[in-house]
Amino acid sequence: MTPSVFRAVATCVVPEAGGLDAAQWDEMAAIVARAVAARPRALQRQLALFFTLLEWLPLLRYGRRLSRLDAGRRARVLDRLQRAPVLLLRRGFWGVRTLILMGYYGRPAAAAAIGYRADPRGWEARR
Amino acid sequence: MAQELAPLVRDGVRILVLEKGPRLADEEFTGRELEMADALYQDGGAFLTRDGTMTLAFASAYGGSTVVYTGTSLPPPQRVIRAWDVPGLDHGDLTRRSAKYAEQNNVHPLDDRLINDNNRLFVEGGRKAGYLVEQFPVNVKGCRGSSLCNLGCPNQAKQGTNRVQLPRAERAGVEVVTRAEVLRIEPDRTLRVRVSQKAAGTKGAPSEWEAGDYQVQARIVVAAAGAIGTSALLLRSPLPAPRSLGHGFTCHPALILVAEHPHPITNDVGHPKSYFVDHAESEGFVLETCMYFPFVTAKSLTGFGPAHSAIMQAFPRLQMILILACDHAAPGNRITVNRAGNPVVYYRFMPETIKGLVRGTRAAARIFFAAGARRVHAPADPTLLEAAEAGRLEERITARHFQPGMLGVSAAHLMGGCGMGRSAADSVTDAWGRVHGLPWLRVADASLFPDALEINPYLTIMGLADRVAEAVRRDARDLLGSGPHVATAGA
Repeated sequence: MTPSVFRAVATCVVPEAGGLDAAQWDEMAAIVARAVAARPRALQRQLALFFTLLEWLPLLRYGRRLSRLDAGRRARVLDRLQRAPVLLLRRGFWGVRTLILMGYYGRPAAAAAIGYRADPRGWEARR
Repeated sequence: MAQELAPLVRDGVRILVLEKGPRLADEEFTGRELEMADALYQDGGAFLTRDGTMTLAFASAYGGSTVVYTGTSLPPPQRVIRAWDVPGLDHGDLTRRSAKYAEQNNVHPLDDRLINDNNRLFVEGGRKAGYLVEQFPVNVKGCRGSSLCNLGCPNQAKQGTNRVQLPRAERAGVEVVTRAEVLRIEPDRTLRVRVSQKAAGTKGAPSEWEAGDYQVQARIVVAAAGAIGTSALLLRSPLPAPRSLGHGFTCHPALILVAEHPHPITNDVGHPKSYFVDHAESEGFVLETCMYFPFVTAKSLTGFGPAHSAIMQAFPRLQMILILACDHAAPGNRITVNRAGNPVVYYRFMPETIKGLVRGTRAAARIFFAAGARRVHAPADPTLLEAAEAGRLEERITARHFQPGMLGVSAAHLMGGCGMGRSAADSVTDAWGRVHGLPWLRVADASLFPDALEINPYLTIMGLADRVAEAVRRDARDLLGSGPHVATAGA
């Protein structure tokens, strides 16, 4: 997947990702890359194919690639995919969305930013 | 299993537990989400079903999935055990055996002082909405309320088999070898075992054995690798196994539902799962309190974009409920292996299972609103239901929003594949876990369930394993002959 497509989808799935700096994008990409690398080769190929599809599919409707669309149109493309009558498309989007959410919310800084405060010390840490 | 076979060691029997996962040191349980998921779960907790519409969570570690569950410990339901109709399996006997482990593992209801707001609101809302809310007995000792049970307790408070039964077995002379995967079982009772090297930067101790391939000659083999692991092991072994091997897979497909309250509540501190509502018999669902971590929560919510973010931003005000659908064994829902011998799980959502999820989602929404939530995030269009819509739940939450691939369904109660029954014509084992036609091969885990249990399965699994161990002890003289021999528990 190219960084531009990844960012185009990621900022649509998690709008706050638009505010990440370069180092934070790298951290997010590294989490995603590690998760993908742990999956079987066939799944990795399917994922790469789906990212390509995501980038080029909007050409049919909007005459532009996904990464060149404005945020509103990008969201509409993704929304159609998540409701697609074809399971393969729904499943593909669900997988991409899951990876992006893992990359974003898997960062300790993102967990802290939403107010997640779980601590091994439990109740003691809240007193 | 290992603990109950340990007395045989005194008779000169060598007992070996071959565990695929690693053995973690206490200080390695950090509670950090991705780190612990990678260390303790198969595929990081996201083992995908064949069509990719559900993730299955099961552990691969010393102690198995008892390391990563919440410690909820309920006895087997009489109604379900009777419906299983397994000759020789008596509900009273199973309950007595389960009670033995409830005592060993310190199962008790948590003290009221340790209950957090997330759980209290479930009780209040549930009762206001007219549901019978019951408290889970849990197997903890010295719980500090980290809320991190599903990432392995960082305080060693949860009394799973990694804390109680396996250490006891080891003290009694049972050998445990971690990072040891049983590749297959040969008809002459030889186990082909691969011991893996500890990879750099990963958690856990190195294996007790040198890395490499081994052949272990056993007289009795007990497969206890969980529904998927045991079924896959027997399927890739060249054995005359019954035809139904791998069939009858059920898993209580689960959805996480969240609601936003006007004020912060204690949710990510305290034991996460203290109460439940059991509507399995009447409506096909069970509701349980729960609290998950940022990524698991995010992936479980339907949709994306601003509405999804808004609810994530409200994390300190979120109440969570887990909806478990009571699925049933169905043709085609089964465990197989691919050419490489890896497990593949086929699962199709039956209409009744979808109905269970829909009815459970409506019930959870009623509880949320009765508890004072101002909005609920649910599989609906739009996904946020405001309190003013509390009277329109039947209309807003419908089956069309529950299509596979549209929502984050996951399951952690993996059951079946080596179901108990009368004969090889209808099952894989008898009521004592003996594989039909192979008296030296036993099964002792949730793969024995002929159908879903309809409640958290931990104590029932322990009770069944106790029966299997008793049968092994009873048959040991015949199967082992005289002199020292190897019996293998676990795979």
